[in-house]
Amino acid sequence: MSRAGTSPYQVANEKRRRTVVTPEGIALPFVVGARSARAGALIMDFMIISVTMVVVTLSLMWMFGGLLEGSDSLGGAGEFLIIFYILFIFLARYGYFLAFEMGPRGATPGKRMVGIRVAARDGGRLTAEAVIARNLLRDIEIFLPLVFLFTAPSGEGGPASIAALLWFLVFMLFAFFNRDAMRAGDLVAGTWVVEAPRKTLAAALSSAGAASNGSSDVTGAEYKFGDDELAVYGEYELQTLERVLRDGKPEAINAVAETICRKIGWNPGAGDERAFLESFYGQLRARLEVGMRFGKRKANKFS
Amino acid sequence: MKAPAIRNWFSKQEIDASSAMGGPDIEAAALRSDRFRLEREGDWKRLEGILKRMEGGRLRGLPDADVLALPVLYRTAASSLAVARETSLDNDTLAYLESLVQRAWFQVYGPRQGFFGWLRGFLGGGLSRSVRGIWLDICIALAAMIAGTISGWLLVSRDQEWYYRLVPTQFMDTRVPGATREVLLETLAVENKTAGLSTFAASLFSNNAGVSILAFALGFAFGVPSLMLLVHNMAVLGAMWWLFSDAGLSWEFAAWLSVHGTTEIFGILLAGAAGIHIGRSMAFPGHRSIMAAAAQSGRRAAQVMVGVVFMMIIAAFLEAFPRQLVGTAERFVIGMTMLALWLGYFFAFGRRPADDPT
Repeated sequence: MSRAGTSPYQVANEKRRRTVVTPEGIALPFVVGARSARAGALIMDFMIISVTMVVVTLSLMWMFGGLLEGSDSLGGAGEFLIIFYILFIFLARYGYFLAFEMGPRGATPGKRMVGIRVAARDGGRLTAEAVIARNLLRDIEIFLPLVFLFTAPSGEGGPASIAALLWFLVFMLFAFFNRDAMRAGDLVAGTWVVEAPRKTLAAALSSAGAASNGSSDVTGAEYKFGDDELAVYGEYELQTLERVLRDGKPEAINAVAETICRKIGWNPGAGDERAFLESFYGQLRARLEVGMRFGKRKANKFS
Repeated sequence: MKAPAIRNWFSKQEIDASSAMGGPDIEAAALRSDRFRLEREGDWKRLEGILKRMEGGRLRGLPDADVLALPVLYRTAASSLAVARETSLDNDTLAYLESLVQRAWFQVYGPRQGFFGWLRGFLGGGLSRSVRGIWLDICIALAAMIAGTISGWLLVSRDQEWYYRLVPTQFMDTRVPGATREVLLETLAVENKTAGLSTFAASLFSNNAGVSILAFALGFAFGVPSLMLLVHNMAVLGAMWWLFSDAGLSWEFAAWLSVHGTTEIFGILLAGAAGIHIGRSMAFPGHRSIMAAAAQSGRRAAQVMVGVVFMMIIAAFLEAFPRQLVGTAERFVIGMTMLALWLGYFFAFGRRPADDPT
């Protein structure tokens, strides 16, 4: 993308950024979910499943104990409990991921916690078939490799089970062998897992305070910067400054104000750093945006 | 958020105050790009509110006006994003718009039908079309299964030691070579009580569905492991068949097996075929890319697999109740009826030209 490297946030995941063109022709940026985030989501989902299983098992055992006390033979109620339990285990293994990923959020609780979701790779709609296909392959990606991982090193199965372990490890580690971090299931279903950020809109910085008129509310001092003073910084520095202003940490504000003053050779004194930075931000952004409208962009202080 | 005392001296409160007074103060914004943003902010916030409700699954309470406005708001936000990318350096607004448009896109292009709508389309022709779509793979799987059965039979008839290798015999199992006709007949006998049979059915279902999902998942490696699994399972069947026919019980064994076998083995056949379908389309993608071929065949195979799980439920009921409770002739009738029903459903039903989703 042309905006590559313009903000620190984008630099960090530049390798994982992809652009999908929607049917309207809008280029939507997606960030492929990090493998570590996905592993974390998986672990959390398994914890949810296993805790539920333990709770259900214990409560069923407790109910079962109550049934056995009355009579010594298993009645219809006992049989019902066993059937319920068998079907519950089946559903927990196959149904959990299906039900959640087919929902409007396209994510299991674990995925939602780490902020990722499933999406169709071609920019179309995520269909029920795709979700089914990607989840049915979990068997050979997780369950079977784990079985072999625990049994093969003991050497009981002989070389055949070591070979099977290696073979299954290919599927387990499939996501590490492609750029888009796709599992085998993703490949078969035509899906991928992307980051699903939920941002709230922060206040506009230039509508009030020193950024709007260049004068401080505290001291009444006017800050006007000349062209050559504003020319030292580019978009990268502007967006770093934006984050400092939005975070509002006094130490950071003081440090940044000091750095800028040293760079442009000002000496405004202490106590009014925020107003100084806001005016500088407002005027730098105005200058860079005018340049942008005329097709002249300055990515950072080196360009 | 921490609010140290020094911050109160600065002008942060006034920013909050201006947004609290109702509409944003557009004239106060010094920058053109911020005025652009403040003019459109209301639409973005409205879209965000609608999205929040849709993502929470609370579609019922959504007013009609909002539902109608969604596509318009989506396009507005998307064009705002396109403009902002070229005119604004406000990183926070850009990130917000990107996430907003992305969320809206997921909802606008989200699944349009609910679970029951999907199920109706699935049972009313979608499944049949998918099964017909993989006919070639069904033929391959069928050939593998027949070959497996014959080889199991031949192996055991040459050398009975093979029986123990093929069939996982349990300690007390009486179905071993050399067993008398009476002993074998007893294992095919009719039970006269129903207790415990439903548990049996449930565990059969869980087991068989697991096996068929495995047969499907293994197809990913170009279909070869699926074929091996099919051949091995059918060799077991062939070996047992030899055992019973050796004792002159072919007819009884076939009847005993056919009750649920016509459904269950058909299901395993379809699961294996679905796996082979994926493997085959990845090995020979034709004019599509491998990724596109895998995705297309994967979605079709997934439909077949849901059908297979349904079949396994039915097979488990048949195996647990009719097989254990009725005699030889009835077993045959039930088994053949089921086979005819499945064949009719898969290959004759839903033939009208409909929009194939896969």
